[in-house]
Amino acid sequence: MALVLAPEEPIGDWIVELDGWLERSPGFFAGRPVILDISGISLNKPDLANLLSDLNERRIRIMGIEGTDPTWLSLGMPPLVSNGRQAGVVEVIDLSTNDNAKESPEATSLLIETSVRSGQSVVFPQGDVTVLGSVGSGAEVIAGGSIHIYGALRGRASAGSSGDGQARIFCSKFEPELLAIDGLYATIDDIEPRLRGKPVQAWLDRTSMRIMMVPLH
Amino acid sequence: MAKVIVVTSGKGGVGKTTSTAAVGVALAQGGQKVAVVDFDVGLRNLDLVMGAERRVVYDFIDVIQGNAKLAQALIRDKRTDTLALLAASQTRDKDALTEEGVVRVIDELKENFDWILCDSPAGIERGATLAMRHADIAIVVANPEVSSVRDSDRMIGLLDSKTCKAEKGERIEKHLLLTRYDRVRAERGEMLRIDDVLEILSIPLLGIIPESQEVLRASNLGQPVIASNAMSAPAKAYRDAVRRLKGESVPMTIPSDRKGVFAKLFGQRAA
Repeated sequence: MALVLAPEEPIGDWIVELDGWLERSPGFFAGRPVILDISGISLNKPDLANLLSDLNERRIRIMGIEGTDPTWLSLGMPPLVSNGRQAGVVEVIDLSTNDNAKESPEATSLLIETSVRSGQSVVFPQGDVTVLGSVGSGAEVIAGGSIHIYGALRGRASAGSSGDGQARIFCSKFEPELLAIDGLYATIDDIEPRLRGKPVQAWLDRTSMRIMMVPLH
Repeated sequence: MAKVIVVTSGKGGVGKTTSTAAVGVALAQGGQKVAVVDFDVGLRNLDLVMGAERRVVYDFIDVIQGNAKLAQALIRDKRTDTLALLAASQTRDKDALTEEGVVRVIDELKENFDWILCDSPAGIERGATLAMRHADIAIVVANPEVSSVRDSDRMIGLLDSKTCKAEKGERIEKHLLLTRYDRVRAERGEMLRIDDVLEILSIPLLGIIPESQEVLRASNLGQPVIASNAMSAPAKAYRDAVRRLKGESVPMTIPSDRKGVFAKLFGQRAA
């Protein structure tokens, strides 16, 4: 699954807008494959080269270009892709319209008042995510900060996604499909069976993930 | 005010069509006007379960494309005259089901019926999303096994985000219908426990339908299970579920086909 970037004209303004977005959510593009869709704008060959180097400077890795003349692509440029399909399988909850997600303008935390159901994806690179319900099997929560789940964690939780090794994951019933903190992953095979179904927290101890029951006695 | 119900599950083969037919009949037997609509364009089944496959002249797509009036396409049930079926097309492409067309047909049905039951196809594509789009109430059908439960969880997520009600900020009423419940396998721990299913899905339970030969037999006869053998366990379970749907409080039991000594001795033959 790749993100699609579709620049708009004038390109200069669009880059400014992109910079603003990057400032608010640094690390949003980190490690994510991105497709550049330029079918909506008219660019000549040097423009395209400039745009690619601009994106490269911002550490956005373009893995493919859609909607351009194949002859324009020179050595070192990403390959042409076509007919990319909109991935219907993952809905990123749109924070601007979803009533269940409460976020103030410069919020550093996100509150989800319901459950995150299978197939839904909550992405919040700016800070902590709190879920009052459960995170279902096949659902995922990705937070720049820590993740607090008051119900069961049956899906994926990925904390510290923008490079925060201090982030933690908390849940009141531990049945995860995948845990990650600052890019370090653990699957159910790495987890002690006695912790299953228990209230736990997970954190990073230098380079290994630690999981322990909470509250501490 | 007419109510639109979608019967949905995500996973195939869990009993959506059987449940649509049974709930439709049970509602109609109470004297209310009921329309059942098959959204599974290209793989229609509801007509078979209702025993109306030889009476389909016009279908849902014909009405959407203006080849027929709704009144011409609705097939009245032979046993229950307040029940009508709008069949899906078996030959057309599923893209023939358009958003505007569906709205128009649902609106017209609402003027003439008390309940409109939309039988959703499996999956999460066009037919399934359009079937749930205009629903007031959802019946989520699930079997007590992990893949079915996870798919149902996904459908609940879609019901809460992609339906007209959800987009207006209202809550769609959701009920869980647990089907193909096998008491013997449950006792052996071979199925998910009912409590676990309820905890995962956390929506109210409408009913538990036992696994029964009766359901298969009825389908093959082209009769909704409620009509073919009204005394059977699944028929009773569906009737109870419909009473709960209408707001009655009915204690939750899992009906079973209780066999006498004679039936036990002669097992299959007596059944």
